[in-house]
Amino acid sequence: MSTSWYLLLSAALFTLGLFGVLVRRNALILFMSIELMLNAVNLSFVALSRHMDDLAGQIAVFFVFVVAAAEVVVGLAMIVEIVRSRATVDIDDINLLKG
Amino acid sequence: MEPVLFGILSVAALAGGVGVIASRNPVHSAIALLAVLWSLAVLYFLLLAPFVAVLQIFLYAGAILVLFLFVIMLVHGHPLAHTGEKLVWQRPLAVVLSALLVLFLSYASIHGLTSPRASPGENFGTVQEVGRALFTTYLLPFELASVILLVAIVAAVVLGKPVPRGAETLPRPPREERPLIPAGTREGKA
Repeated sequence: MSTSWYLLLSAALFTLGLFGVLVRRNALILFMSIELMLNAVNLSFVALSRHMDDLAGQIAVFFVFVVAAAEVVVGLAMIVEIVRSRATVDIDDINLLKG
Repeated sequence: MEPVLFGILSVAALAGGVGVIASRNPVHSAIALLAVLWSLAVLYFLLLAPFVAVLQIFLYAGAILVLFLFVIMLVHGHPLAHTGEKLVWQRPLAVVLSALLVLFLSYASIHGLTSPRASPGENFGTVQEVGRALFTTYLLPFELASVILLVAIVAAVVLGKPVPRGAETLPRPPREERPLIPAGTREGKA
């Protein structure tokens, strides 16, 4: 079976995640869309690692996991803090930095 | 065997992906994300990456998703006062850009691979091999990863600390602009 199929699935998942980030306004769903994109990239890392018989791709996935975990922890803590002070998860309402 | 499994799993992953971005309720999004994560984990087994697959289930489906569900639980009591789309052109533009991206990526996926798939070595992707690579070739990045995790832990603790009364750094939004929390709710929740 060709690696292209895996890459096509990865492309579709990444685009779904990007579309979610572009159109959804709920900060939690936004975060899940980012996770979707990270997972799509992981899939192409693993598929290409298998394609080239090179472990570097799998190692890269390990580091993506680390960064994703850190990102989720900090991001969700920020969302909880925003909800505490402003009572909203709608990113259109979080506009204090707007010039 | 592989094509059949791939077909089933890719349909499940795509359905989950659509579910993540389309569902109204964040809990449903989280469950859809779980479907994606499990399908990808099985695909990693197919791609001879059992270490990554198990890590995916432990770390993503276990830890990260549970964290998501916790936060959804915390946040869910607050009603989502939706104000309607502020940028009307954003959705059509998103459709166009996503279509362009998926076309470009598909072209690259189909025509980008010049060599056929290599046959894997004897121990390709076993935990021993990945562990050896992590602790020899990639030792420095591995140690730096622990620093990133430490920073994340400290950041979460600092962000989660209760703000002392009267010392809030964020100015409250003006009352006429946005419905605030009903008086008394905040003290009651905290």
